[in-house]
Amino acid sequence: MDTFLQQLINGITLGSIYALVALGYTMVYGILELINFAHGEVLMVGALVALTVIQGLTGWGWPAPLAVLVAVLAAMVVCMTLGLAIERVAYRPLRRAPKLAPLITAIGLSIVLQQVAALIWGRGYLSFPAVLPPVSVVWGGVIITAIQGAIIVLAALIMAGLLVLVQKTALGRAMRATAQNPAVAQLMGVNTDRIIAWTFVIGSGLAAVAGVMVAAYYGVGNYTMGFMLGLKAFTAAVLGGIGNLAGAMLGGLLLGVVEALGAGYIGDLTGDFFGSNYKDVFAFMVLIGVLVFHPNGLLGSRAREKV
Amino acid sequence: MTALLQVEGLSVHYGGIEAVTGLDLEVRQGERVTLIGANGAGKSSTLKALAGLVVPSAGSIRYDGVDLRTVPAWQRVGRGLSLVPEGRGVFSRLSVEENLLMGAYHRNGATGLYEELERVYGLFTRLHERRHQAAGTLSGGEQQMLAIGRALMAAPRLLMLDEPSMGLAPLMVERIFEVIRNIAEAGVTLLLVEQNARLALEICDRAYVMESGRIVLTDSAARCLDNPLVRSAYLG
Ligand SMILES: Nc1ncnc2c1ncn2[C@@H]1O[C@H](COP(=O)(O)OP(=O)(O)O)[C@@H](O)[C@H]1O
Ligand SMILES: [Mg+2]
Repeated sequence: MDTFLQQLINGITLGSIYALVALGYTMVYGILELINFAHGEVLMVGALVALTVIQGLTGWGWPAPLAVLVAVLAAMVVCMTLGLAIERVAYRPLRRAPKLAPLITAIGLSIVLQQVAALIWGRGYLSFPAVLPPVSVVWGGVIITAIQGAIIVLAALIMAGLLVLVQKTALGRAMRATAQNPAVAQLMGVNTDRIIAWTFVIGSGLAAVAGVMVAAYYGVGNYTMGFMLGLKAFTAAVLGGIGNLAGAMLGGLLLGVVEALGAGYIGDLTGDFFGSNYKDVFAFMVLIGVLVFHPNGLLGSRAREKV
Repeated sequence: MTALLQVEGLSVHYGGIEAVTGLDLEVRQGERVTLIGANGAGKSSTLKALAGLVVPSAGSIRYDGVDLRTVPAWQRVGRGLSLVPEGRGVFSRLSVEENLLMGAYHRNGATGLYEELERVYGLFTRLHERRHQAAGTLSGGEQQMLAIGRALMAAPRLLMLDEPSMGLAPLMVERIFEVIRNIAEAGVTLLLVEQNARLALEICDRAYVMESGRIVLTDSAARCLDNPLVRSAYLG
């Protein structure tokens, strides 16, 4: 039971991060029907920017909480600008091109971003300085670290904020209208190009925060870290029903939990034949399992459901 | 009276297909003008060009003294030019009220938005009853009411309607046309595209008849109703 609860906490932590990243995939897909494969690299850039800033500021003797706050803001500014540039330079010119063109551009862009990051930050690992006090709460045999708690609470707040933005504000209404029918949205006075740009900016901001969370949780960052995380988050978005915001949140949490439980129990279940390094297999098995019975994802409707 | 809308030599191409060829058309302030013609004549393409959804291959569009060629579609509604598109184009997963609020998007934050909303609800009580329902769950007639109500939320000066009677039961068509007549009487200039030529000619002042992308006849609506050619081709 302790293992179960512990892995559940670990899974929810990881799942919160997946959910934040999955939202970026699903929002862009909802509005453009485009899989932005460079999204994971945006997260990577956010993580590395944050690590650099934290290392620098704590090196100068700044207090850790302030350094982390500045690092998050810096990562968000850089990532939002990057997201805006990606849409403008790589995707907008291909808006009317066949679907395959932007997809290939996305993959190419992802490689370019990785290599540029390798040039800037090198190919080694950047570590998160040991400035955060290793506090944790022990509760019924389960350990929740301060970082875990912060990730879960912050992610929940951000997602609630996003839902309010999309469901209750004029911008959110315009985003949903553009996703459903861009031509009619223009008739209503919506500058759909600007709405699309906003979608990338918001998604990239979420990726930046998620990048900092990953760096803080694992303590390191590297120019390749965006690939697997991006893939997992994309999986989460498909699992929940791509284009659906609540689906991305649910898919992210579910994937994180399944992965953590898989890691915790796979040894017992297979007589130690498979180790916890097979946890990724679990995640993708769940995806395949769900898609076999529910091809549009858990919350995806029969017709394509969008933002 | 000066022309509110002045179209000269308008052509619209889709790749190699020419949908509209050298069309001249004029709508004066306060006028009710109808554009009638068979399926595929190019009526919708004309309205889409006026609204900015398709880029004309030739010709000029002057609206309220401004050349619209450099004005993107999303800025035209702010100038008082509204289109209720063919097939209604309601946002089916937005609620009825959200659809109406989208109609007023370009003047978001403006005062009087809620009075406007109440006015539209007064016009279409059915929409008020269903204001929290997803627009996709409405019947065809209710969706047409929503599309018209949404356009009214923009406070248009020139309202363009593309086949508002399409696919509706006769009773519903009557109600929709009643509303359109009221809108025109409130001072909104009207450009109405219809396949139901008789209804259109009955509520309009002037008519253009379109065939394969060209205007083949223009006259007062009353004379069109008596014109033997129009009678045989469109009034059956
Ligand atoms: N998006 C499009 N692509 C290609 N051809 C089109 C398109 N829209 C309309 N057309 C063609 O243009 C012509 C005029 O169509 P349309 O303007 O819709 O006529 P109407 O509204 O009078 O029925 C038709 O021959 C139609 O097939
Ligand atoms: Mg038509």
